[in-house]
Amino acid sequence: MKITEALVDYISQLSRLRLPPEEKRAMTTELEGIVAYMDVLDGLDTAGVEPMSHVFPLKNVTRPDQTAPSQDGEELLANAPASKEGAFLVPKAVE
Amino acid sequence: MELWKLTALELGEALGSGSVTRAAAVQAAQARIAWIQRSCNAFLTVTDPQTPQKAGDSPLAGVPMAYKDNICTKGVRTTCASRILENFIPCYDATVVERLAAAGAVSLGKLNMDEFAMGSTSETSCFGPVRNPWDLTRVAGGSSGGAAAAVAAGGVWYAVGSDTGGSIRQPAAYCGVTGMKPTYGTVSRYGLVAYASSLDQIGPIARSAADCAAVLDVMIGRDARDSTSLDRPADGLLAGLTGELRGKRIGLPADCFGDGLDRPVASAVLAAADVLRARGAEVEEFHLPVMKYVVPAYYIIACAEASSNLSRFDGVKYGWRAESYGDLGELYTSTRTQGFGTEVKRRILLGTFVLSSGYYDAYYKKALQAKAVIKAAFDRAFARYDLLLTPVTPSTAPRLGESLSDPLKMYLSDIYTVSVNLAGLPALSMPCGFDPQGLPIGAQLIGPPLGDGEVLNAAHAFQLETDWHRRHPGGQYAPAAAEGGI
Amino acid sequence: MTWETVIGLETHVELATKTKIFCSCTTEFGGAPNTHCCPVCMGMPGTLPVLNQKVVELAVTAGLALNCAITPHSRFDRKNYFYPDLPKAYQISQLYLPIARNGRVDIGEGKTIRIHELHMEEDAGKLVHDPWLDQTLADYNRCGVPLIEIVTEPDFRCAEEVIAYLEKLKETLQYLGVSDCKMQEGSLRCDVNLSVRPAGSAQLGVRTEMKNLNSFKAISRAIVYEARRQIELLEEGKPVVQQTRRWDENKDATYAMRSKENAQDYRYFPDPDLPPVELSGAYLDRLRAALPELAEAKRVRYQTQWGLPAYDAKMITSQKPLADFFEALVSLGTKPKQGANWIMGQVLGQLSAHGLEAGDMALTPPTLARLIALVEAGKLNRNTAVKVFEAVFETDGDVDAYVAAHGLEQVSDAGLVAEAVEQVLAANEKSVADYKAGKEKAFGFLVGQVMRRLKGQASPAMVNQVLRDRLG
Repeated sequence: MKITEALVDYISQLSRLRLPPEEKRAMTTELEGIVAYMDVLDGLDTAGVEPMSHVFPLKNVTRPDQTAPSQDGEELLANAPASKEGAFLVPKAVE
Repeated sequence: MELWKLTALELGEALGSGSVTRAAAVQAAQARIAWIQRSCNAFLTVTDPQTPQKAGDSPLAGVPMAYKDNICTKGVRTTCASRILENFIPCYDATVVERLAAAGAVSLGKLNMDEFAMGSTSETSCFGPVRNPWDLTRVAGGSSGGAAAAVAAGGVWYAVGSDTGGSIRQPAAYCGVTGMKPTYGTVSRYGLVAYASSLDQIGPIARSAADCAAVLDVMIGRDARDSTSLDRPADGLLAGLTGELRGKRIGLPADCFGDGLDRPVASAVLAAADVLRARGAEVEEFHLPVMKYVVPAYYIIACAEASSNLSRFDGVKYGWRAESYGDLGELYTSTRTQGFGTEVKRRILLGTFVLSSGYYDAYYKKALQAKAVIKAAFDRAFARYDLLLTPVTPSTAPRLGESLSDPLKMYLSDIYTVSVNLAGLPALSMPCGFDPQGLPIGAQLIGPPLGDGEVLNAAHAFQLETDWHRRHPGGQYAPAAAEGGI
Repeated sequence: MTWETVIGLETHVELATKTKIFCSCTTEFGGAPNTHCCPVCMGMPGTLPVLNQKVVELAVTAGLALNCAITPHSRFDRKNYFYPDLPKAYQISQLYLPIARNGRVDIGEGKTIRIHELHMEEDAGKLVHDPWLDQTLADYNRCGVPLIEIVTEPDFRCAEEVIAYLEKLKETLQYLGVSDCKMQEGSLRCDVNLSVRPAGSAQLGVRTEMKNLNSFKAISRAIVYEARRQIELLEEGKPVVQQTRRWDENKDATYAMRSKENAQDYRYFPDPDLPPVELSGAYLDRLRAALPELAEAKRVRYQTQWGLPAYDAKMITSQKPLADFFEALVSLGTKPKQGANWIMGQVLGQLSAHGLEAGDMALTPPTLARLIALVEAGKLNRNTAVKVFEAVFETDGDVDAYVAAHGLEQVSDAGLVAEAVEQVLAANEKSVADYKAGKEKAFGFLVGQVMRRLKGQASPAMVNQVLRDRLG
């Protein structure tokens, strides 16, 4: 698998990260090496093996539909970089 | 007697009998912490000891301890050693914090670590690296490096860390202390800032296996806030430590003793096997060929989950926000670009790649299949053996700055620890010797799912025979005046 | 050339649970910004989701009623994207194993719409533009409110079919108690995928997706507009561009939304924080047995069991709260047809006068049943009863107390009626003569005069009787 700078651009954009040209070159080379190493997995025969997302067979872990008091709004907003009248403030996002 | 050289249980007993006061214990710890901060950079936040709400009936009630800084503490800054959370003050306690506080734990602060637990050296912290108390030119390991260094150097009697691919066991090995990653699900993850949710587990770092058992007795058990948490076993772990090993079968995976393992480490671990044999265990070699797939499977899964888990750090709700930005897209990109360090970015990019359209099947899905194969291989091993014994790391603590230059090499050094997380198993790292430079070596005991008691008991048996866990780093930085004697 | 319009729908329905899908915060509509929130639904670091069991129950119930195959082993996936209404930067949804698939809905006249899938997911927050700051305010009260998304196959050919489907869907989900389907509160939201192709072609054209459709009227008009727009483009030889378009209610037109910076690559993967949902045969049997009687069955029963005209049965079953109200009236002894008349006349009239939904009215069945009983017993005349109804409607007031307080009880004293009749006859000799000369109209005038003297509180039947007797 060849990692190109174009691919690194694409995944950086999806991740909302910006890599200056020099960093991008270095990252491309590093990712190339890491991904090449990951290709070791090609040697493992996984035909017919069900992908395992949960290691233990837990299922149906639910809670009853009972309300609990919500957290104090001020506490929830205490860490907000910008807020107004109880709402979080961000640059214009509404079309 | 120097208080800081006691185990947590010994100090707990002294506090219980009244031969040591809580104030004296705290004072002894604070004196050590002042020096540890200057030399090891183990703490990110040192807090005034909170008087526990309750006296607590744990044998550890009143014993000073500290948390890795990715465990949320209400009202106390929780940074994950990242610029992006440098001012984050949670409005809630993690479940483990609630449980330990109720048992009478006295927290002295928050411990340095690799940024978002991503690293094997605690050098990716945005607050500077942790130094190894045995040799200040070397790393303490990671990602729970601050926790291991603080316990080794006597700043606290135990610490609570997290282990996603070895982050408790590896620094414990480098710092000559005992660290345990319990079975996935036994300790609630609620309040642990997620790195890789399917692999993360909270666990203790302390001097001895018995101390770890006592800490786990407080922390384990089902939590309604964590859907992956498991029911508490009926019997206490500490109460189950008999030291009895007769008839136990221990497997040595030959694949963990081959190329890449330093000789001093290999000999120390094999010597540990002899100690276990002397206590009545049967130890034999076997083959575990899946070992060659564990590192790639681990990094694909961990990075994929991390890329999603760390997306919430966007400068909107909490944490650091870029100082200048134009539109919304720039707010996100600038905040994340400036807020995350290089290793975190590398893993986010890698994780984004393996999940992205066109690559999911070849990488992420393949890794989940590999995980199933690895789990099955361990299941087969545990049909024959009660426990497995392996090294924790291929070598002893590297020098500061040696590892980060080659990320792939750093990832490969996690080979002995990551398989345990993939298979959800309990595993413990215990000191088993020193290399010619005087650096600690760790041995890893791995148990079957929910075999936490078995693992702790074998380690306890080993520690009844040996005193590696009672060795302390030298006085190169700790003048006697700073030590709280009685 | 003739063109065929092909439409598929994605409908988001908010489930009628008390709490959010993954935490115990209330789902109540409204509230000051960020007051129905906790660390979990706000995506604070370290928090974890725990599934609300009622969400599974309601989603499965909906799936069964829409004739879907229920997935015995389903699970949640993360859909990753950055937007300020999504605090975790991923939405917990279902991609790989949705809870239900392959259903169908009959919309009448032999037309069936196939359901592709039905899945569970969490709602996002609300963004409001602040004109003073020219910035956006994010409120996470809606975050984590449980939704089901129902995706149809591209089986619709016109707006009428879409509306028929949505009415049927709304009716069914309300009857099931799965959702209140209040479009004005966003409990039922619809995205329309539309393409056109030459009639007879088997290949689908390039489609557009329309969002922000918050009423049946808007959906209907947007479909007509968008189909015409696409046909015009194609007839001019221009291509239709695959894009998301927004319906502008005021301009009566759709326009392309600003194209997203990035291609949509949501990087779905199984959520490691949530164990799978496995449904046993016994669980499904229990929910299947608990499915309530739906509107269609009620319509038939009202006609056969209670003899209602088809029109009445349809009106009353159009909304479940009305049908429930009606059945309660009947169980309190009201004659079915009487009850139906009052509901279709007065109840619907007052609801529309007050701008209320049937589910929100204060009036209870015993109040109306009592009022109808008073009319039946001859104690109130119908006109007075209507006035009483209007007076008690808003607060579910006490009918007897109101009648007593306002002295509205019907005059049933024959002596009083006879006295009024004598006075009217004496004062209207001309009308009496007209009547006797055969002008039936004069009789009506005399009845009216008597009623007026008695302030409308007499039984018209009694006045008629006394007058006819007196005039021979």
